[in-house]
Amino acid sequence: MMTQAQHALTLKEAMQTAAKGGAENLLKALTERIATLNPKLNAFLRFSPEKIVQGTAGLLNGVPIAVKDNICIEGVETTCASKILKGFVAPYDATVIRKLKTAGASLIGQLNMDEFAFGSSSETSAFGVVRNPWNLDCVPGGSSGGSAAAVAADMAIAALGSDTGGSIRQPAAFCGVVGLKPTYGRVSRYGLIAFGSSFDQIGPITKTVEDAAILLNLIAGHDPADSTSAPQDLPDFTKTLSRDVKGLKIGLPEEFFVKGLDPEIAKQVQEAANTLKKLGAEIKTVRLPHTHSAVAVYYITAVAEASSNLGRFDGVEYGFRAPAQTIDDMYFETRDQGFGNEAKRRILLGTFVLSAGYYDAYYLKGQKVRTLVRQDFQKAFQEVDLILGPTAPTPAFKIGEHIEDPLTMYLSDIFTIPANLAGIPALSLPCGFTAAGLPIGLQLMGRPFDEATVLRAGHALEQEIGVYKQKPKLS
Amino acid sequence: MSFDIDKVAALARIRLKPEEKAKLQKDLDSILAYVAKLKEINTDGVEPTSHVMDLENVFRPDEVRPSNAIDALLAQAPAHEGKFFKVPKVVDRE
Amino acid sequence: MSYEPVIGLEVHVQLDTKSKLFCPASTVFGAEPNRNTSPVSLGLPGSLPVLNEAALKLAIKVGIALNCHVAERLKFDRKHYFYPDLPKAYQISQYDMPVNKGGWLDIEVKDEKGVVHNRKIGITRAHLEEDAGKLLHEGIKDGTLVDYNRAGIPLIEIVSEPDIRTADEAYEYLKALKAILQYLEVSDCNMEEGSLRCDANVSIRKPGAEFGTKTEIKNLNSFRAVQKAIQYEIKRQTEMVENGERVIQETRLWNEPKGQTVKMRSKEEAHDYRYFPEPDLVPFTIARSLVQEIQASLPELPAARTERFRKNYDLSHYDAHVLVQEKTLANYFEACVEKKVSPKLASNWIQSELMALLNEKKIEIEASPVTPEGMAGLIQLIEKDTISGKIAKDVLPQMFETGRSAEEIVREKGLVQVTDTKLLEEVADRVIAANPSVVQDFRNGKAQALGFLVGQLMKETKGKANPKLANQILTQKLS
Repeated sequence: MMTQAQHALTLKEAMQTAAKGGAENLLKALTERIATLNPKLNAFLRFSPEKIVQGTAGLLNGVPIAVKDNICIEGVETTCASKILKGFVAPYDATVIRKLKTAGASLIGQLNMDEFAFGSSSETSAFGVVRNPWNLDCVPGGSSGGSAAAVAADMAIAALGSDTGGSIRQPAAFCGVVGLKPTYGRVSRYGLIAFGSSFDQIGPITKTVEDAAILLNLIAGHDPADSTSAPQDLPDFTKTLSRDVKGLKIGLPEEFFVKGLDPEIAKQVQEAANTLKKLGAEIKTVRLPHTHSAVAVYYITAVAEASSNLGRFDGVEYGFRAPAQTIDDMYFETRDQGFGNEAKRRILLGTFVLSAGYYDAYYLKGQKVRTLVRQDFQKAFQEVDLILGPTAPTPAFKIGEHIEDPLTMYLSDIFTIPANLAGIPALSLPCGFTAAGLPIGLQLMGRPFDEATVLRAGHALEQEIGVYKQKPKLS
Repeated sequence: MSFDIDKVAALARIRLKPEEKAKLQKDLDSILAYVAKLKEINTDGVEPTSHVMDLENVFRPDEVRPSNAIDALLAQAPAHEGKFFKVPKVVDRE
Repeated sequence: MSYEPVIGLEVHVQLDTKSKLFCPASTVFGAEPNRNTSPVSLGLPGSLPVLNEAALKLAIKVGIALNCHVAERLKFDRKHYFYPDLPKAYQISQYDMPVNKGGWLDIEVKDEKGVVHNRKIGITRAHLEEDAGKLLHEGIKDGTLVDYNRAGIPLIEIVSEPDIRTADEAYEYLKALKAILQYLEVSDCNMEEGSLRCDANVSIRKPGAEFGTKTEIKNLNSFRAVQKAIQYEIKRQTEMVENGERVIQETRLWNEPKGQTVKMRSKEEAHDYRYFPEPDLVPFTIARSLVQEIQASLPELPAARTERFRKNYDLSHYDAHVLVQEKTLANYFEACVEKKVSPKLASNWIQSELMALLNEKKIEIEASPVTPEGMAGLIQLIEKDTISGKIAKDVLPQMFETGRSAEEIVREKGLVQVTDTKLLEEVADRVIAANPSVVQDFRNGKAQALGFLVGQLMKETKGKANPKLANQILTQKLS
């Protein structure tokens, strides 16, 4: 009876249990649940009870946290869900991992994802798709689909994901859980296998907003090993949580509420806005005029950085190496055989936009329009404290529905990408369901380094709406 | 504008197989056409964004901190000879 | 030969920091393979660079010494290419906002007639970048080995304008550059150990015409090799053009045993480096106050030291220049002259006699068995007329072998010069008596005959007679 409820604990509750020595039981409960559910969901790539990095003491006292498979844990296989890193055992800890270990976390497994975080559905994994716990025929979103599915299915108390264009928020929305992309620089990227270096952030995927605040406290902070790590003071993000949103100015961007946005989602977001108004916030319309360029900017600039970051996967030092007689064959075959289709698409595209003769028209142009997107937010935040909108234009789509059509897949990030372009914090939390029973997420975006306000409003909304308590029906 | 997939694949050191090329060509052509829309946006006088934060002058002190990562790495290297990594013969290209 | 050679040099110098440019791995030379590494310098997934502050300061130091403008704002860029010695498949370098731009280096070249020419060679830029690892091919069957100890070591790449016009100028440019870098103590500039590398770009043109097609020459392992390779390449290109052939733009390797530049074996591709600003590193601003601070902290540089030597020691400019170019040589000279001996004598004796001995035994001057003080001791004996210069030439090698002082050796071997006039007169009488035909020759007007007689007198006194005095006495007696 005790163990059955254990997997459903929030991080906050789990910490309380663990403080009384309950981590063992918790681990046991999760182990059983994962063994039962993972064959169906494929959220975990690796989970071996005997290989668990067991924590003791610290704030977490052994509470298990699961980690996306693109974050290095020393001595643990880390593959980015790619064939080219199959068998790669990271020889060092990412900074966030070091922090979690110091905090006493038990690291229980690596979560499935789109290969190298390239995707919005977790279908490009080289090790099988992830399924949405709310509907096994649907995608959980991506690229942190494994993280979101695991948390939604109570296979993990809390998880870390990474977000470059929406990869925490969109799967959180599709799976009905909470996902936070911190301000760029808030969390160290040291040890995060890079996709878009000027976009990537590691962030929490959790059952509640409070849990996200707790986990953010543990992983955030300046890191001298990351030159882009912000020197900003680290507040205690749990201390500013409250249900008070009186006087907060919240903007709804005109450009987010266009044709293409699922009407059920639009309705839920509008209702959430009404709820906030009822709680004392002021709701306004704002303009983010360059929203519709965001996807194009991203698929030039982030992808350029990605193509550069993936050059090191060449079979020389680590990972997969194709059998070859010559050095050229080694490079060419390793990279063709080791990378999946989406990875190849992005590497080729990124290489192209940086190449001689095209740099100015594509990459430089993309960087300039990125500035315009940032300026949109700067102007908007002169009028409002937060921006509210949908996380994704549709609910979770069917597995296989978009995988052959990259452009359509890319457009599912239209509402999440702007926050990465601007580097601002953004939170997705569940606000309702479609008639078909699929979760709907809304998004709150804030000023740089103002996670506190984002989390406060998110917490207030979450508690008022209450859907976060609902769980998918799984055996 | 069509994507010169052979040239780019050579730059990226990816040997595409014939069965892959057609689909990739199609995908890349359509993606390229989409992102090329940015041309229509006026960016006169706009500075490019390389970093979203106004951070400058991040240094580390000139101190040595030894690392043993190499031992674990060599143990799992695709090919190594003693303490060296090994690759197929490189024709002296300097 | 109506063609004018146009030469530019790219020199890569390892900066002398304890740790690497972007990570805390050690830079110590000669470590076990791959030991001086870290996740960053191995290019492991998830690793990130952080700039070594000391390296930037050294780079600024070099820029100031080369009369460059030190940038107010600088950044780093990724330079992409695939090669096993490059762990990330890109090198972090500087493209359009380097730390130093627009400087120059003054050089002096002696032509065939011994006339010294001054030339100012422009320096386009001197920027920071990380070094690559090393490949080992020799004796490895079925593969190539890779060592990343060198990967990530800070380099400064110094690019000259194509202002150099002869192979000799190229040689002097390298010597002058090395001298400055050694005086700055930013690098040991050791080509054998690879802390200084040079590539040359060579083309020819009719004077006043546009630049011709240039070739890049690599695999130059010494300054002499650079000189010889450039000479060869100028000749090769000139012959081609005179035969109506066109020079092909290509990279050629210097083959030292053959004394030729040769085409590279492997297919050469035009590199598309796909430079873009390094997103993992923030931009850097350099306050003018920092530049001034570093400028004020510069040690005496070769140009200033040469001028000081010329003035204070009354040396010719060229003599001073040659001494100063080798810092250790100049240090030795100054330590010697501190003992109040004639700078001119010291300069001559050190540069000819001492250097000959050192070169023969392949000993560096800092390890000379004859110390500057010891050298001064020998020179003092010459100045006091205690021994002749000729005798001194025999004493020095003995000092070199035994480590004993000049005074000791002279005393022990009884080499003190004979200046006793009475004694010399007696010997002179004997010599005159013994060589009547030579004496007759002298009286008949053959002046060289005197030299023979002086020689005989020297022989009689076992070389210890003061030659001036000997000459004087004989002349007197024969007149």
